[in-house]
Amino acid sequence: MRYLPKSESERREMLEACGVSTPEELFAHLPDAVRLNRPLDLAPGISEYEIVQYFRERADQNANGYASFLGAGVYNHYRPVLVDTVVSRGEFLTSYTPYQAEIAQGTLTTIFEFQTMICQLTGMDVANASMYDGSTAVPEAAMMAVRATGKGRVLVAKTVHPEYREVLGTYAKHQGMPVEEFGYVRESGALDLEDLERKMDDLTGAVIIQTPNFFGIVEQVKAAAEIAHKRGALLVVIFTEAVSLGLLEPPTDADIVAGELQSFAISPSYGGPYAGIIAVKEKYIRQVPGRLVGQSLDSRGNRAFCLTLSTREQHIRREKATSNICTNQALIALMATVFMTVYGKQGLRELAEQNLAKAHYLAGKLKPRFTGKFFNEFVVRAEGKTPEELNKQLLKKKIIGGLPLGRFYPELADSYLVCATEMTKRADMDALVAAAAAQPTAENVEVTA
Amino acid sequence: MYPENFRYTKEHEWVLAEGDTGTVGITDHAQQELGDIVYVDLPKVGSHVEAGKSLGSVESVKAVSDIYSPVSGEVVEINQTLADAPETLNTDPHGAAWLVKIKLSGAAEVQNLMSAADYLSYIGAQK
Repeated sequence: MRYLPKSESERREMLEACGVSTPEELFAHLPDAVRLNRPLDLAPGISEYEIVQYFRERADQNANGYASFLGAGVYNHYRPVLVDTVVSRGEFLTSYTPYQAEIAQGTLTTIFEFQTMICQLTGMDVANASMYDGSTAVPEAAMMAVRATGKGRVLVAKTVHPEYREVLGTYAKHQGMPVEEFGYVRESGALDLEDLERKMDDLTGAVIIQTPNFFGIVEQVKAAAEIAHKRGALLVVIFTEAVSLGLLEPPTDADIVAGELQSFAISPSYGGPYAGIIAVKEKYIRQVPGRLVGQSLDSRGNRAFCLTLSTREQHIRREKATSNICTNQALIALMATVFMTVYGKQGLRELAEQNLAKAHYLAGKLKPRFTGKFFNEFVVRAEGKTPEELNKQLLKKKIIGGLPLGRFYPELADSYLVCATEMTKRADMDALVAAAAAQPTAENVEVTA
Repeated sequence: MYPENFRYTKEHEWVLAEGDTGTVGITDHAQQELGDIVYVDLPKVGSHVEAGKSLGSVESVKAVSDIYSPVSGEVVEINQTLADAPETLNTDPHGAAWLVKIKLSGAAEVQNLMSAADYLSYIGAQK
């Protein structure tokens, strides 16, 4: 597709058709105060060569050749080459809202496969065609639980990703949906079931937990579900690290599962675009937000796919729609679909085992702060220096250290969250361990001063 | 076709008042207009509904339509069978496919609604 601006003669032609002689005349009716009254401050056009050069320079600013121990919601996993090969096909890459059953069987088939695999991973009955990302899937899940129960209050664990909780707060503010938090156990790093039980009441429609939680700890889904269900609330289970589903028991005690698929072949890319999911038990199918693809028969009796249960959506139900989400992340979700297909059930399990093994090798040398069982990330208390100081030292060795937690948890300001994946090399883990253990030297003091 | 002991609304619901309880449904005309009904969304038992306000919705293969309550009061019973057999609304809208039973706040509301004869001429005029 050529993307060229209109030519001078086309401009003249359009102005003539409008009966004016300059573009300014077109806007003459606008008050002077709101008009710019000068051309936009845009650089003149540059050549293709210069554009390529520009983007090469930007690409060189990436931390190429660095090892990273960052996780905390965005994970460094391998992207099989097949992913880009498939998603680069024009049929997938350039189609917009590709839901017309008559012309989009290919796309609808991939979405149906996506939904099927998400159900298999999460242990739920129904999954939608994807959400924008994990963080926006959380308030959608909360609002869904509120609709289903008719109870407006939401209880969320402090161990849910802090930025997800912020997004939830933004949605909740204008939904008249009070959100309160419950704590975690200081020793284990797991959610505090007693605090949850104390804060539960009969007005609570949703209890939201994350597993593995923000500290990497695997939560007790069943126990949380019992507390929620006893008072008539639904349990929403969040995940940020989809690879964990290859090994951990699916959260079948949940009523709604919402999560982030970035781990499935979606590159970190400054934080997006990613793809989220919402999967539910069948009895809540009519409350699901977003697109759903179903299997049907065409006029000749052949298997075919089409959008289904669209009456939940705003183009039909207007202000009573389940959500204002009426699209999905088709292309990004396709990356995850190809990823799941490439790895398969056994492959995903092996991948998860590698993550577990690497993280536990590292944990054997860096003492985890919490006692709870973890998957591929855990919290470490920095000794003899702050987490920020440690990270500065590591950067000199081309290592991006863990996430200092003080920004999100003031009580954990002396600690950082560290993640190991299948991409993490043993030499880099040993270098991290050495730097963490090193006493401040003259050189280090100079660095941190 | 349209029972004499029912009262009818302009939005095509019916109510049968017996003592202080009103049974509510949608009319045969409504189901014909809607076509094949695939889902019914009903209020919770114990919730309060108001005359003229939405008490739920019916989904047909064509559209989603609100059901407006003909009367005010508290929902005391809902027709559970419709969850599994919404198509009953197409076959027996004035009988087996009643929607909810409401404990009436006042009997006067029912009297203000249309009689069967009025309703027949109303839908006749609409056509």
